[in-house]
Amino acid sequence: MSEIVITNPANFDAPRPTIPLPRGPIPAAPPKIARRSIDIKIDGQAISVPEGSTILDAAKELGIETPTLCYLESLTPVNVCRVCVVELEGSRTLVPACSRKVEPNMSIKTDSERVRLSRRIVLEFLASSVDLSTAPNMREYMDRYDAHPERFGETRATVAQPIKIDNDLYVRDYSKCVLCYKCVEACGVDAQNTFAIAVAGRGFSARIATEFDVPLPDSACVYCGNCIGVCPTGALMFKSEYDMRQAGTWDEARQTQTDTICPYCGVGCDLTVHQQDGKIVRVTSPLDHSVTHGNLCIKGRFGWQYVQIQPADPPEE
Amino acid sequence: MDIHLTNAQATAEERVAVDSELGVPASSWQGGQRQTSDTRAAYNGDSHGQRHRLLPTLHAIQNGIGWISPGALNYVALRLDIAPAEVHGVASFYGMFALEARPRIVAHVCDDIACITRGSQQLCAELESTLGPAGSPCSGGRAIWLRSQCLGLCERAPAVLISSAGEKSHERVLAPASARAVQFLLDDAIQDRLPAEPDVLDLKASVPQAAQKSSSPPLRLLHRISQGCATTIETYQKFGGYEGLRKAIALGPEGTLRELAASKLLGRGGAAFPIAKKWEALFLQRNLLQQDSGRAHYVICNADESEPGTFKDRILMEGDPFAVIEGITIDGFVTGARQGYVYLRGEYPLAAERMQHAIDSALENGFLGENILGSGLQFNIEIRRGAGAYICGEETALFNSIEGYRGEPRNKPPFPTQSGLFRQPTAVNNVETLVNVPGIIRDGGAAYAKLGTDNSAGTRLFCLCGHIAKPGVYELAMGATLRQLIDLAGGVAGNGKLQAILLGGAAGAFVSPKELDTPLTFEGTRAIGATLGSGVVMLFDETVDLRQILLRIASFFHHETCGQCVPCRVGVTRQEESLLRLVSGKPLGSAAQEIAMLREMGQAMRDASICGLGQTASSAIESALQRWSIFS
Ligand SMILES: Cc1cc2nc3c(=O)[nH]c(=O)nc-3n(C[C@H](O)[C@H](O)[C@H](O)COP(=O)(O)O)c2cc1C
Ligand code: SF4
Ligand code: SF4
Ligand code: SF4
Ligand code: FES
Ligand code: FES
Repeated sequence: MSEIVITNPANFDAPRPTIPLPRGPIPAAPPKIARRSIDIKIDGQAISVPEGSTILDAAKELGIETPTLCYLESLTPVNVCRVCVVELEGSRTLVPACSRKVEPNMSIKTDSERVRLSRRIVLEFLASSVDLSTAPNMREYMDRYDAHPERFGETRATVAQPIKIDNDLYVRDYSKCVLCYKCVEACGVDAQNTFAIAVAGRGFSARIATEFDVPLPDSACVYCGNCIGVCPTGALMFKSEYDMRQAGTWDEARQTQTDTICPYCGVGCDLTVHQQDGKIVRVTSPLDHSVTHGNLCIKGRFGWQYVQIQPADPPEE
Repeated sequence: MDIHLTNAQATAEERVAVDSELGVPASSWQGGQRQTSDTRAAYNGDSHGQRHRLLPTLHAIQNGIGWISPGALNYVALRLDIAPAEVHGVASFYGMFALEARPRIVAHVCDDIACITRGSQQLCAELESTLGPAGSPCSGGRAIWLRSQCLGLCERAPAVLISSAGEKSHERVLAPASARAVQFLLDDAIQDRLPAEPDVLDLKASVPQAAQKSSSPPLRLLHRISQGCATTIETYQKFGGYEGLRKAIALGPEGTLRELAASKLLGRGGAAFPIAKKWEALFLQRNLLQQDSGRAHYVICNADESEPGTFKDRILMEGDPFAVIEGITIDGFVTGARQGYVYLRGEYPLAAERMQHAIDSALENGFLGENILGSGLQFNIEIRRGAGAYICGEETALFNSIEGYRGEPRNKPPFPTQSGLFRQPTAVNNVETLVNVPGIIRDGGAAYAKLGTDNSAGTRLFCLCGHIAKPGVYELAMGATLRQLIDLAGGVAGNGKLQAILLGGAAGAFVSPKELDTPLTFEGTRAIGATLGSGVVMLFDETVDLRQILLRIASFFHHETCGQCVPCRVGVTRQEESLLRLVSGKPLGSAAQEIAMLREMGQAMRDASICGLGQTASSAIESALQRWSIFS
């Protein structure tokens, strides 16, 4: 940085930040307003759901399963993947179930020809351009909609690119990125407010990137790992998991999950510790936990090596 | 915000460019000189909430330096209190911004569909042999030429736009262009000899109806342009200017809305939405606009015109800018907005100059600002330049673009009249729609509704280009047939035989010569599965290989999709691949199978995409497949 220029201290007039002092008792939360019920019809079944619910919520109530990819209850819906589209009577186009709020007398079809065609093609578009080998739900969706991504031929464009390993904590393999915007939201306004990554470029070459693609250690990243927590495809992955997958030792069937509380600070985040063969292999946090909503900081997320019995460093000769 | 930056520093020149837009920084927290006061408190001045100045600031760097370096980007991040990754995300969204060093002088050479009919392929081939391949520096590394999408100069095809960055930045249009002329202009730019005066609107080349001494019925939208002298506010008033605003003020907002409703005017930007309904939606929310409510209304003139083949809005702004301003002012008066924006396509230098001049003179003469015409109306207009992204013409993408975000469309609902620019109720209208307004108010809505047909009232501007004898913008009452319009423009160029007509632009539809008796109305074109769209009427004679035209349209959408939603982002890519295979005679399976796949993709894009771009990106191709068997 440039050196300090001392202006005349007598004229010194720094803006003074003021911290408002708390006054009086903490106000009580406003009473919960009872939400109006909205009557709609899904696949011929009538249902009544509270105002503000989405079509997805209502479908879930009825036990209708809707595929989703970019949706997560803890994030603002971006409705970009379009795998959840449904047919709404009177609408020219299909609408995204994950974000469209119910309105009185909506009549919705979730399994019509049009819906099935669009869902199938969206899945084919994704699977033909992105490596979905570590995306658990996708195989199931593709079977359900009979998707055949290979029909676009051998020469089709994909997002394949070299994996980014530029730090010890997590790897970024954007060949697996479906551009669901979740990591950007988790890094930004929905959780971390760090804004280390953003969507860059346009169109088919749009991608998740730091400024000018600088390596993570040069970026604003604070390694909270909240992006890994929300990534639906394994594009963002713990280095520990990545190394084990490379070595062929990753085996979720042999893993246990233990819920505990982070020992580091007074926030008291809920941790789910994933362990395999006596070693912690990754740490997550439950999405529905009132303190974390799935988010942690670098300590809770990555700072567990001390639990492991470390082999002593060989004494120096 | 706590901003983390890399070590890249802005050069002095880059700082000057940024400061020219944002002023000198107040403290080291904003990237200025460090002072004692800065050591005592984290203070980033008023930069918070200034994100909407991001796009103009990026323009300032691009114009001043020729590209946006990591150091310059860091400085902008600091000045505006935005994370650098976000600034980069925004800058990399726009085609006009270069994020790698490149020569200051750039020739953008249009190779889009209208220019193809007028020799752009030969032009590009010649440039390749004289200057070298597109995209690599030429003239001793001091200039570069790039292939470009439609530049909105299709009536003078083939078109070239030269931009020269630096302290004195210039943009000059060359149309019709030849390889020699491009080279001369590049040399002039290199030697800093570009003429200081802007280009002029050539009436003979662009508005053929202006040459006819008297047309009957008189032109409503083009009559002042035809006078050729509407660049000062005095002449504008001499030809009826500001009579509409005066009458609107006399009628009051409700009376004005009544006239608009009676006129049955539908939006000319593509969606054909009734203007009265849109404005009324804002008017009805006026009671919420009390002082300190934190609410505001905005009106926006959509002048981003980038639909291939469209140039009418450019000609209106170049030839009759005060009429656009008057239309926006009436819009503000009715809707209760105090601020209007013109979102003006980045590649329109003359239109921007004329519009800015019109705003300045209106302000000087009391037609904008405080207490307009003594009525108490307070209203201002600001121009925001686009930066090479077709999608920013979509109204919700336009909001994001003005606000300093990536120009990605928002999901609807909520609709703009509820939550638009800065999440406030907003009315967006096309330039042509707004230019209709003053005349409607002046002559009464009923008189306007008598023109045209029952469901398509009024007159309409058509952009004739391609193989037409006299290309240019034409005004006709709606209801005239396609044949009448083509005859008016002198028929097919060079006695060629007509093969196909593209109606409504790249997002429109092809029609065949058998459909020439279709009336040019919203309902008439809909009946044959086409659309008026943005008023494009592009002719192709039999010498054209329609397959190449389809491929160019597919490549346009591939280039212009914002990339947000899967059906469009991957769909336009697969669509282009599929067409390429068909054109090169190597379909996957049989041609019929490939076409079936193409159509199935089109259906999903239409049904599942977020916005109009993805929903219409397959329509021109689909229309051609329906009419001709060009791939068998
Ligand atoms: C991809 C896309 C591009 C658009 N581009 C423009 C444009 O350049 N100019 C325009 O007026 N409207 C454009 N529109 C339509 C606008 O979204 C909007 O409907 C229009 O500006 C409303 O004005 P109007 O009611 O006066 O027609 C575009 C729409 C889409 C989907
Ligand atoms: S990296 Fe993961 S979370 Fe981020 S956009 Fe890609 S798929 Fe989504
Ligand atoms: S994860 Fe971080 S914030 Fe949460 S308890 Fe642990 S140390 Fe504290
Ligand atoms: S349809 Fe295309 S342009 Fe529109 S939001 Fe989706 S990706 Fe972007
Ligand atoms: S889950 Fe609804 S659009 Fe992605
Ligand atoms: S200017 Fe070339 S196609 Fe429009």
